[in-house]
Amino acid sequence: MEERTFSDISHGKFLNEDKLMASKCKKCGAVFAPARPICPKCKSQEMEWTPMKGTGKLIAYTCIAVGPPMMIEEGYDRNNPYCSGVVQLDEGPKVCGRIEGVNPKEPETIKVGTPLKVRFLHRGEGENIKTYLAFKPE
Amino acid sequence: MKEKRKIGRGVCVIGAGMSKFGMFPDKDSKELFVESFKETVESVDKGFDPNDIDALYLGNFSNDYFVHQGHWAPIIADAIGHTPKPATRTECACAASALAFKEGVFAIASGFYDIVLVGGVEEMSKCNTAEVTEGLAMAAFPSELVAGFTFPGIFGAIGSAYFAKYGCTKEDLFNITIKSHNNAKLNPKAQLPFTIRDMMNQKIAKAKKKGRTVPFWNDEKEFLRDPKANPVVAYPMSLYDCCPISDGASSMILCSEEIARRFTDNPLYVIGIGQGSGGGLQSPTNDNITSLEATRFAAAEAYSMAGLSPKDIQFSEVHDCFSMAEVIDIEDLGFFKHGEAYKAINEGQTKLDGSMPINTSGGLKCKGHPVGATGTGQLHEVWEQLRGEAGERQIPNKDLKIGAAHNLGGTGGTCTFTILERR
Ligand SMILES: [Zn+2]
Repeated sequence: MEERTFSDISHGKFLNEDKLMASKCKKCGAVFAPARPICPKCKSQEMEWTPMKGTGKLIAYTCIAVGPPMMIEEGYDRNNPYCSGVVQLDEGPKVCGRIEGVNPKEPETIKVGTPLKVRFLHRGEGENIKTYLAFKPE
Repeated sequence: MKEKRKIGRGVCVIGAGMSKFGMFPDKDSKELFVESFKETVESVDKGFDPNDIDALYLGNFSNDYFVHQGHWAPIIADAIGHTPKPATRTECACAASALAFKEGVFAIASGFYDIVLVGGVEEMSKCNTAEVTEGLAMAAFPSELVAGFTFPGIFGAIGSAYFAKYGCTKEDLFNITIKSHNNAKLNPKAQLPFTIRDMMNQKIAKAKKKGRTVPFWNDEKEFLRDPKANPVVAYPMSLYDCCPISDGASSMILCSEEIARRFTDNPLYVIGIGQGSGGGLQSPTNDNITSLEATRFAAAEAYSMAGLSPKDIQFSEVHDCFSMAEVIDIEDLGFFKHGEAYKAINEGQTKLDGSMPINTSGGLKCKGHPVGATGTGQLHEVWEQLRGEAGERQIPNKDLKIGAAHNLGGTGGTCTFTILERR
């Protein structure tokens, strides 16, 4: 496998391959997703790639009625809100993602603590492919 | 913290002013700042010659985006006749002018300058709501934006976690909105100077005049519960949980402690100043998503420097870009325990006549939030309250000596806490 730097761009490349990868600090063992080159806990610069299982639980969410252009283009609006959330992966890191398989029109029915599994949303084609991280109830 | 923070020599605030906050299609940033500057100069009790200003520090977040013009420090310096003296812009999203204030304090404390002008300006209303939302989103973290988050969404998500953890509900937040509107009605500079009751009456009158079905609500909470009157923006944040789009400017004159009483018998002393940074929703250095690490750090620094604890602060302006932010701010600043601020709010403790008045100005929610002008705008309220010049919204029955302001940028990416004292 090619050597990839611990960067947001590498994170995006892995997502394009349906992989959620993290960097693990060789010194203190802390795990970071998306990968980062410097450990904020012990300041070590020695990192290694480690795959995430892609499971975790919802720790925060919102159902957005007034979204940015990117989401409006996908057909979301006041009548068709979407859910974004923060997921704590079983390995520890917190990651932001879209939350699918829930009802954003009834936000009270969505529960913090819900177990979720990763999904990869591919948009665009060829060179322009971009993959968004998403999660769905297991 | 390794040791207590200290500054080289004492710094005082000797003048403060602000433009009215609001949406002003016929005013630009220069005019708004000039309005604030004139009032600031006039506020110096024993008179002030603007030629004595050594340097200007100006907070501005993103006029580059909002009006497609950058490099605002010399533009404002030129507008107030300050050239060729130095002018420096600070940018830390919505905390831009609290940072201008801090840079001004450092410049005087170091001995380099004796008198500086600090302030901020933002001109947002030339853009429409969608454009402003996109412009403000530039202050979020890239990882948040790709997940579809907006700022109301970010603070909504923090709210969802807070609700789940502590049992707070959307209804509990209504009391913040009602309180902010009550305070703003007493503030002649506020963008939304009316109570929720006033707004209800206005909507009823409008419906009657137009021959439409006249709406009815039993009380303010029923109005805020009504999705027609108060639509969801990003659950659990609805329209009345969010600050408006604003234009405005604010400014203050700072000088060294030794010369302050030449200008006024009632200067305010800068006794605590703190700043922190944070990594947003994904931050690996913040284990608690219902608390902002940057606020906690800034507060600890400022309390340490002042030799004070939270109970010594008599009132505070805090960064309530969204109602939920006010809840976590006043916990992170130590005014209330984690998980208990919403109960204190329900009990009325944060009202104007409560035990810990919060956002007596009406806050960002109702005074307005021209982002670059907010930091020194908050300190302007502390100035008026401490000097007994807050008019109808003067905090009653207290001999005010110590007040503070908390300013926040982005997803808590930058937070500041500043403590002022009247001696
Ligand atoms: Zn480490």
